[in-house]
Amino acid sequence: MNTKTLPERADVVVVGAGIVGNSLVYHLADQGWDNIVLIDKGPLPDPGGSTGHASNFIFPVDHSKEITDLTLDSMHQYAKLGVLTTSGGIEIARTEEREEELRRRMASATSWGIDAELVSAARVAELVPFVNRDIIRLGFWTPSAAVVDPLQAGALMREQASDIGNVTISAQTEVLDIETERGEVTKVRTSAGDIETSTVVVACGVWSPRIARMAGATIPLTPLVHQMIDAGPIPELAATGVEIAYPIIRDMDTLMYERQNGPDLEIGSYAHRPILHDPDDIPSLAAAQLSPTQLPFTAPDFDPQMEDALQLFGSILDREDVGVRHAINGLLSFTPDGGPALGETPEVRGLWSAAAVWIKEGPGVGRMLAEWMTHGAAEIDLHAADIARFYPNQRTPAHIRARANEGFNKIYGIVHPREQWESARGARRSPFYAREQALGAEFFEVGGWERPHWYESNRHLLEEMAEAGHQSVQDRPHEWDQRWWSPIINAEHLAMRERVAMIDLSAFAHFDVAGPGVVDYMQKMIVAQADRPVGRLIYTPVLAPNGGFRSDLTVIRLDDDRYRVITGGSDGARDRAWFSRNLPSDGSATLTDLTSAVCTLGLWGPRARDVLSAVTDDDVSGESFKFATARHITIGTIPVLALRVSYVGDLGWELHAPFEQGLALWDIIAEAGAPYGIVPAGIGVYGTTGRMEKGYRLMGAELTSEYTPVDADLGPRKIKDADFIGKEGYLRAREHERIAVMCTLTVDDHRDSLGTRRFPQGGEPILTPHGERIVDRLGRPSYVTSAGSGPSVGAYLLMAYLPVEHAVEGNRLLVQYMGERYPVTVARAGRTPLFDPDDTRMKA
Amino acid sequence: MNILVCVKRVRASGGTPQLSADGGGVDTRNLAFTVGPHEECAVEEAIRIAGDAGGRVTVLTAGPPEADEQLRYAISMGADHGVLVDTGDTELDPQATAAALADAIRTLEADGATFDLIMFGNESPDAGHYQVGIRVACALSRAMVGGVKGIDIDQADGRARFRREVPAGVEVYEAALPAAVGVKEGLNLPRYPSMRGRLRARKAEVRGIQPEVAPGTLRRIRLRHPEEAGTQTVVLGHGADAAPAVVDLLEELEVV
Repeated sequence: MNTKTLPERADVVVVGAGIVGNSLVYHLADQGWDNIVLIDKGPLPDPGGSTGHASNFIFPVDHSKEITDLTLDSMHQYAKLGVLTTSGGIEIARTEEREEELRRRMASATSWGIDAELVSAARVAELVPFVNRDIIRLGFWTPSAAVVDPLQAGALMREQASDIGNVTISAQTEVLDIETERGEVTKVRTSAGDIETSTVVVACGVWSPRIARMAGATIPLTPLVHQMIDAGPIPELAATGVEIAYPIIRDMDTLMYERQNGPDLEIGSYAHRPILHDPDDIPSLAAAQLSPTQLPFTAPDFDPQMEDALQLFGSILDREDVGVRHAINGLLSFTPDGGPALGETPEVRGLWSAAAVWIKEGPGVGRMLAEWMTHGAAEIDLHAADIARFYPNQRTPAHIRARANEGFNKIYGIVHPREQWESARGARRSPFYAREQALGAEFFEVGGWERPHWYESNRHLLEEMAEAGHQSVQDRPHEWDQRWWSPIINAEHLAMRERVAMIDLSAFAHFDVAGPGVVDYMQKMIVAQADRPVGRLIYTPVLAPNGGFRSDLTVIRLDDDRYRVITGGSDGARDRAWFSRNLPSDGSATLTDLTSAVCTLGLWGPRARDVLSAVTDDDVSGESFKFATARHITIGTIPVLALRVSYVGDLGWELHAPFEQGLALWDIIAEAGAPYGIVPAGIGVYGTTGRMEKGYRLMGAELTSEYTPVDADLGPRKIKDADFIGKEGYLRAREHERIAVMCTLTVDDHRDSLGTRRFPQGGEPILTPHGERIVDRLGRPSYVTSAGSGPSVGAYLLMAYLPVEHAVEGNRLLVQYMGERYPVTVARAGRTPLFDPDDTRMKA
Repeated sequence: MNILVCVKRVRASGGTPQLSADGGGVDTRNLAFTVGPHEECAVEEAIRIAGDAGGRVTVLTAGPPEADEQLRYAISMGADHGVLVDTGDTELDPQATAAALADAIRTLEADGATFDLIMFGNESPDAGHYQVGIRVACALSRAMVGGVKGIDIDQADGRARFRREVPAGVEVYEAALPAAVGVKEGLNLPRYPSMRGRLRARKAEVRGIQPEVAPGTLRRIRLRHPEEAGTQTVVLGHGADAAPAVVDLLEELEVV
């Protein structure tokens, strides 16, 4: 191991020797990278970052598949390094609401294949004899929960990296600057000398924003305090003679945990007020009394938690000779959505972020990032962790701080899958916003955009639709099922199917790519044939180099040398980064982001043509304006790019207009639509009910990098001759025997054991009729990727990948939801929609 | 047997103090504060004596409002009362500090309190003037022994014995109560506050006294860091090959 002088040149410089940097260096060496440099401004083995003071325990089950997969991979690596001690862990419920949450956790455990069990208070007290069982209602027991030693893991990884490759490790080496040329990393200047390199990874935890800023990039996270104390000595714990002999307790309702740490009990809290720090105000190593990330304990913030801890562990804590021996305000990293910030920064080529990672994910993140840096894609789908997911408004300190303040207490919270943020709202508003507000829109947020999810003004439709015999407009009896939901969504859906609806889609991202080389560029970027006639709409997958999904989007050939790319609000920032990063270096194609210049109003339903022809002189007849084409039309004084396309399965258009004329467009369409009974409809219809009846796949739900267009039935039948990113992987997937099929299932009976009608919300496992987990040949589990009403097909719909042997229409299976199982039937295997299978309505 | 312990809020150890821009003080951002180790022993000893002999322990400090934290820490260890003489953010010199403390003690006594023993840390870990205890004792006309590492109370006789270590052995003093004493670390092993103690301290009432402080005559001109000594790491070798060099070094250090 060379720990002396830095080389003048390196293939990659990793900044930060915490668990992430160490893991990354090892896996880069393993992937064959040569001339790797790892630097840290602190000393080894504990340079003073968050790795050095973490509580080091791992509960594998998370509702997020991505996080769970990263955790499982990390546990495997820790175990292989011999630094993992399995203690087991129990999450306990003190409240009825939490009991439900633990049942939901059980479903996630089954979905992701982790052994877990719901246990009684008596069983908890058997496993951890010191707890006050009287306040425990239920326990979620995970036998594989463990504690790890991340500092030792890091030391071993550095050692192993040096055994494999040419690795220079330099501690007490501070980054002074990161130089760039034309948006690409060229050099790292350090206190121990300069290194020329084209690749730098920022694995600096709470310092990451500072280091990235040197190169002109943002890593949107804030340092935030997590308080913990050690109380002891406790003879009962000391008598075990080991670091940890009893399972870790997570006291979920008080947002706390308690774990044995030798003779002490460590008590940590996520319940105190959010205490944010500025990355620039973290004390230096020299100035810090303990370490830069172990700040002075602010006792008053922790006092209420002491009472909670005494209540649960009074038998060993409530003693005068058990003292608080150690107490810190430990710093950890928090992003606006609480997820990691991984991948190449969109601002600077060659500058990668490996930040906002917990101990439980560190080694897995290192391995995945090394794969990503080497092959352009990782085994685990990382789209929700991709740093490019943040739009510019989400990278601002105001947004980061607001969301960290709000998100901190959600770490152990019960977070509904549809839950909306309260802070930093209203950042981006469509031109229709004022009208929507007046109509009582319930706004949901995506990427800072406010989008109506449904409109209270449509409440009267409930009665109308109920009278017409539609069951789906009944309210859901269970509060959890109807939280962040309204039966109005289903009524809007039915009104659209019967009449016509207008839907605000201004959160779409739009970019124009143009230039003499643009056809070649687009051929490279998308799976579908890009060289189509002008005016042609192309719906296409975009693949990662491994052939897995990166996104699905719409492309219009606007001119011989110009395309417009239109993509969803949640993926716009990622897609923009991907399309920008792959532009030809010779400048023969350029990208212009038009997102803030274009607003979109969707107009769909059997009367859509009547409405549109009433407001334009252009020919919008079926003969003239065919499905899957786009053309410029004029509505009043508004030049509109009209796309005859649909994500909801009905006749209609997306109307793309200049942003400042949007309000006028809304008013014209609303007025012209009135005689046809037009209703405003929200994203509840667009994203869920309308989409799912048509079996359309959603990026991030059905479409992830772990599945190919073959699994999703989204690939073209004929593969174009032109090369495109992911072609090889895609061709390989086509050659293989079919492994999994995207299916639509219907719930046959919603009643739970008490007779209450329940509605799965997504993420739940699909089981065989005998209650066994379903996994395909590649180890991919079957779980609900999307769930929602199908008001026009009279069923509640679930989407899930099933192995071919189960993907048979009519096949009866089970879904596990909140601790109970419900019968489901495979209604569709493959792409054919349940509603209007021949697409006659859409193509009318 | 009522005991008064005087404590001072000082920055906790660890890290190199960062000087404020004008060199007039220490940058206190991100710093933990505590009482000095001598004073922690004083509090511990007071709690033990009062526990054995019966009586109350009062903790007194003169300092900024934030020194409330140190009083509550002492209460969480087992002290009964806290009194804060709010002297503001500017650090006083020993003369002014002692005057403020003596005034406060007179006020407490006027209100009916009696203190059989007044305890100090031998010196503060930050300023280290070694004066405040002696000045207060002098102002209150009490016997004072410094450098003490052992205390025995003879309550029946109303006397106390104080032991202190000197190079040649141990000196033992006897004084009639009420008396004053400056103690040193090593007197005992202070306890960690219990969790129940912490909660008790949170709810405890701390009496505030607004003093009239005459400025002292001692003035701090500026602080500066000493020249860096500079350390160098010498690698003695790797693995078993390093053993002879390690042995040589240990011999050189006269450890073996």
